[in-house]
Amino acid sequence: MAAARRPNALLRNPAAKIAAIPMILAVLFVFVGGTIWTVVYSFTGSRLLPRTNWVGLDQYERLWGTSRWLVAIENLLIFGTLSLIFTIGIGFLLAVLMDQKIRFEDTFRTIMLYPFALSFVVTGLVWQWILNPQFGVQHIVRDLGWETFTFDPLNDPDIVLYGLLIAALWQGTGFVMCLMLAGLRGIDDEIWKAARVDGIPKWKTYLFIVVPMMRPVFITTLVIVASGIVRLYDLVVAQTSGGPGNASQVPAMYVYDYMFQAQNLGQGFAASTMMLLSVLIVLIPWAYLEFGGKKGRGRG
Amino acid sequence: MKLTACLMGASALALATAAHATELEVTHWWTSGGEAAAVAELAKAFNASGDTWVDGAIAGGGSTARPIMISRITGGDPMGATQFNHGQQALELVEAGLMLDLTDVAEAEGWREKVFPPSLLDACTVDGRIYCAPVNIHSPEWLWLSNKAFEEAGVPVPTNWNEFVAAAPALEAAGKIPLALGNQAWQSNLAFGAITVAVAGLDVWKSVNVDKNMDVAAGPEMAAVFEAAANARLLAAKSNVQDWNQATNLVITGQAGGQIMGDWAQGEFQVAEMVAGEDYTCLPGLGLNTYLSTGGDAFYFPKNDDPEIEAAQKRLAALLVSPEVQVAFNLKKGSLPIRGDVDLAAANDCMKKGLEILAGGNLVPSGDMVWSPDVQNQAQDLLVEFMKSDMAPADAHAAWVEILSSGI
Repeated sequence: MAAARRPNALLRNPAAKIAAIPMILAVLFVFVGGTIWTVVYSFTGSRLLPRTNWVGLDQYERLWGTSRWLVAIENLLIFGTLSLIFTIGIGFLLAVLMDQKIRFEDTFRTIMLYPFALSFVVTGLVWQWILNPQFGVQHIVRDLGWETFTFDPLNDPDIVLYGLLIAALWQGTGFVMCLMLAGLRGIDDEIWKAARVDGIPKWKTYLFIVVPMMRPVFITTLVIVASGIVRLYDLVVAQTSGGPGNASQVPAMYVYDYMFQAQNLGQGFAASTMMLLSVLIVLIPWAYLEFGGKKGRGRG
Repeated sequence: MKLTACLMGASALALATAAHATELEVTHWWTSGGEAAAVAELAKAFNASGDTWVDGAIAGGGSTARPIMISRITGGDPMGATQFNHGQQALELVEAGLMLDLTDVAEAEGWREKVFPPSLLDACTVDGRIYCAPVNIHSPEWLWLSNKAFEEAGVPVPTNWNEFVAAAPALEAAGKIPLALGNQAWQSNLAFGAITVAVAGLDVWKSVNVDKNMDVAAGPEMAAVFEAAANARLLAAKSNVQDWNQATNLVITGQAGGQIMGDWAQGEFQVAEMVAGEDYTCLPGLGLNTYLSTGGDAFYFPKNDDPEIEAAQKRLAALLVSPEVQVAFNLKKGSLPIRGDVDLAAANDCMKKGLEILAGGNLVPSGDMVWSPDVQNQAQDLLVEFMKSDMAPADAHAAWVEILSSGI
């Protein structure tokens, strides 16, 4: 696209172009090449080793007839929607609270961001213990006197997703808060002054002036959080291993299990192709809106 | 990986002086206390024979370790030897010509005559050639009972599955979980397998899994198994732990009445210093049909260009099956030896029960040997859903038959 506007763009600044060649090759061969290879082999009956015995759409038919996969997709939708709303909502709210020129802001910010420094595996294990009825929240509340208190999300198929959600929120909101706080600090003080002169209440200023101005920050956050949701794997493995039953399965676990444990590469490739497709369905309209329509928005 | 290559190179240089002192990297997933002690026995024996055992333990269990092993072998960085469960896990690697043919070792050592039960060696055989050295037998069809739990509930310790089910209300009244069952998928699968052999009996099991007769699979005997499993899931409804050893711990502490788990659970009872027959009771085959399946571990030897390494691989293969190593290893591991001509005088009550069944020939081949991993994985997905939800037994039965049919 750049080349179309400036005909000599390809030859300008050759040193930078040469320096970028290794990266371009890596992207082409590793990412694009690997993706195409995966999609092609998803149409084969490969088992442990990739083979080119074509089976057409068989793998996809089997995939969409498997209850575990359907559960995984449903879980991803529920978890994804709630996780997006809550991480961004809570993250923004925390950032606003941080932005009130409070004392010990640095300390609070560090505490909030701390969970993000832990890997998902650690987060999952810690929350598995906290939510364990024998020595976690339920146990503590019962010891305080509420004998019949029951809170055991990880062993109840109906609410296990919320157990995962709590852990994911605990881990992720601090990071979103930091992004949002950076965005809030980027808002010019003059705007606040103008709003105050006009007598606009603070909450209205946030909602109708600051939030629209922070659009780029929101979009960055959205992309980071959404990509984290689609590849959700380690948290589930550590916290519930997909259980009880199949109640907390996610697509990435299906892909891994069928590629490596079940030694059925074709089935795993088909599932990962569907994951790619779901990402593209989200990404393409967004990219079109963001980069396609009006030029010169300043971003991108 | 590079380090290994360097070490191999270094050892190749050293060969100029020593006749045979080759380093072999051996990968396996035996990392718990008892398992590590058992591996140390193998390493000790191998080192004593003049070669060097380079330990390549991979933590996280077989499902974590196998992908790493397979990708190393297919990626052209083979280790000296690697553990697999014998059966179809490594079948494609053998078919792709990536594994060393051990037939000459087997003939020289007379494996064909000595390995018992012979099905173990059959599982290592592809097109008449032998590709792996079996080292032990593990059987999953055991019911472990806490004597303390039954005492506190005021009922005698059951002697079979039916009595156990009958005693369950008394256990529940005493505030105990009748059946401990971890949430992980493979545990539901294992429990179902054990219930199948116990309730339906060996003939039905064989015609379904060995002869792959789908009419029997869809028949009333298997329907009864699904009913029994639906019963079991009610008994396990209050069990809320993840790992198998956490579930075993419920039995050890007397919070749960029993657990269906493989003979490796015995290691946990031993660590807790409990005595078989006094503190806990084991019922092989759930006490109904005393059959044990003969799965287990075997070592495979990926092909290597270096003739020195190949010679060392063959020495290790011969060593693993030798009687002395079998005794030392299996006593520590709590598993049964793969040959009938060794003496396990030091074995405890439960191991002796296992040995008796083995000697009596009441054996079933393991699921690893008769179905592909793909079919097993699908069945496991279904069974864990069944065991942990209120899915109707008839629906689960129908779906199960469909999965098996796809694997024929």
